[in-house]
Amino acid sequence: MGSLHLNEIRKTFGTVEVLKGIDLSVDDGEFVVFVGPSGCGKSTMLRIIAGLEEQTSGHVRINNRLVDTVPPAKRGIAMVFQTYALYPHLDVRRNMGLALEQEGIAKAEITARVGAAAAMLRLEELLHRRPAELSGGQRQRVAIGRAIVRQPSLFLFDEPLSNLDAALRVGTRIEIAKLHRKLGATMVYVTHDQVEAMTLADRIMVFNAGAVEQVGKPLELYHRPANLFVAGFIGSPTMNFLAGDTAARLGATTIGVRPEHLIIRDDGVWSGTVIHAEHLGPDTMYYVETEAYGTLTIRTDGDTWHEVGATLSVSPMEAKIHRFGADGRTLG
Amino acid sequence: MSTGKARTSLLHTGLMHLALIAYTALCLAPVVLVVINSMKSRAAIFSAPMALPGPKTFDLIGFTTVITQGNFAGYFSNSLIVTGTSIVAVLLFGAMAAFALSEYRFRGNTLMGLYLALGIMIPIRLGTIAILNIMVATRLVNTHLGLILVYTAQGLPLAIFILSEFMRQVSADLKNAARIDGLSEYAIFFKLVLPLTRPAIATVAVFTMIPIWNDLWFPLILAPGEATKTVTLGAQSFIGQYVTNWNAVLAALTLAILPVLILYLAFSQQLIRGLTAGAVK
Ligand SMILES: Nc1ncnc2c1ncn2[C@@H]1O[C@H](COP(=O)(O)OP(=O)(O)OP(=O)(O)O)[C@@H](O)[C@H]1O
Ligand SMILES: [Mg+2]
Repeated sequence: MGSLHLNEIRKTFGTVEVLKGIDLSVDDGEFVVFVGPSGCGKSTMLRIIAGLEEQTSGHVRINNRLVDTVPPAKRGIAMVFQTYALYPHLDVRRNMGLALEQEGIAKAEITARVGAAAAMLRLEELLHRRPAELSGGQRQRVAIGRAIVRQPSLFLFDEPLSNLDAALRVGTRIEIAKLHRKLGATMVYVTHDQVEAMTLADRIMVFNAGAVEQVGKPLELYHRPANLFVAGFIGSPTMNFLAGDTAARLGATTIGVRPEHLIIRDDGVWSGTVIHAEHLGPDTMYYVETEAYGTLTIRTDGDTWHEVGATLSVSPMEAKIHRFGADGRTLG
Repeated sequence: MSTGKARTSLLHTGLMHLALIAYTALCLAPVVLVVINSMKSRAAIFSAPMALPGPKTFDLIGFTTVITQGNFAGYFSNSLIVTGTSIVAVLLFGAMAAFALSEYRFRGNTLMGLYLALGIMIPIRLGTIAILNIMVATRLVNTHLGLILVYTAQGLPLAIFILSEFMRQVSADLKNAARIDGLSEYAIFFKLVLPLTRPAIATVAVFTMIPIWNDLWFPLILAPGEATKTVTLGAQSFIGQYVTNWNAVLAALTLAILPVLILYLAFSQQLIRGLTAGAVK
């Protein structure tokens, strides 16, 4: 249905280089998620794929067709925005069907396609309402429906769940995952949310300051981050980083241990004082202030109980230690 | 404590309302004076200008004079043509320019915006002599078109300034969604941005209309001919060097208020929304 190839995409706004040569190949039917800190250029990349923004240099191919000069409507894409971007003065049915009307598709066909999409997203009851009369979750479902109706070869999502509350976010996330399985469509998805990235993606692309730090399967990024940035960015709470002698002994400049890979034991190698504890039920996080390494985060099961002020000793699981060189890259 | 606070705020709102009422009275007084005196006999106008028309003083002589004598219907339609066309031109071109300035990044965008806004600060009347020369050269003296062009130029700066500010607030995502849905830039402008900025457009329409409708200066200089006289200029024909037909003058002015009033009522809902946009979310 739709593949995507990005070739050395660069983008400058004035003198600021926002994208510094992005390469990416997305296979037909793949779900790729862009993550990265705010302002690193994820949305700009997505807008360039959509044709809403022009790249300074580089090429975009969708379905092996060079689309650099093709207007957005003719690229065979659909996009879902964080702010829903529904037309306020049109009802749900016309919101979903407008693109087809513009293409000059027959009325009956439009009705059928809108009906099918509405059924898929449980929107049948709402077809005659205006966006203002819908809840946030319903609005986003309409926006997703508007994308489906076009039968695009490539779906683009820019933080579609960020404006929803936690419960709705989970529901809509599952909805999107089901949609992907059902349609088998190619999707590119931008998010801040780790859970969304890990659960939805076939592959995750980690952006930082306009460049790609690593591309890989979610668990690959978790288990084998390519560098300090990815190690710190993927995983929540973030990885503990230790420098100095401890790292040097392992032949590294910095070593990293994830909170879940620290084990509390009486003869632990690192010890400190509990400064804060978060009991979440299934797990508990302890923040332990050590003299030599600053604050360490420890994730353990929900059955432990240590008061703030208590002394804790921990040891890392040897096999789970990540080692980084002076340039921040992971040592092999 | 709390009662004290309530009392001061009562005093506060009381004073505020007093000020507003005083201001309203000040603004309305001349209008009311014109309207009530237009319905009185000539003698009553001078003997008791402040009095309301009573059974003895009530007289519609002014209105009958205006309607029967002179070419008042013609003046009225001149005013309507000139004002109406000017408003449409100001709104259309102003909105288009505002859309371009707010939507597209191009070299000199800011400079262009400043240039177009310059007219807000520099009164167009300063250029009257040059305008008259141009109009004479292009044979546009004593034509509707001459006045329409001048008024369009006069109205555009404020229209562009206000509308571009409002258009900047239309969500970029919405316009982008429309682009992906295949709407042309014209369709985005006419079907999406214009309906969403309707309150601002109503505001601009009223602010543009009033000075044009009331203008005496340009009709007097550019279109004093009988065929192109506007209402405000036409009303002056009852003011003579030696005798002034006050009944007719006041009646003409009263009639001239009507269209402004109608337009205002038509737009007032939108106007209030436009004026308070941003002030209350
Ligand atoms: N039209 C523009 N003009 C100038 N700079 C821009 C423009 N659009 C984006 N930028 C800049 O480009 C950079 C990348 O923006 P972008 O919106 O792609 O970030 P992002 O990764 O999507 O961030 P977020 O996660 O906060 O949405 C930012 O520093 C932003 O200030
Ligand atoms: Mg973004």
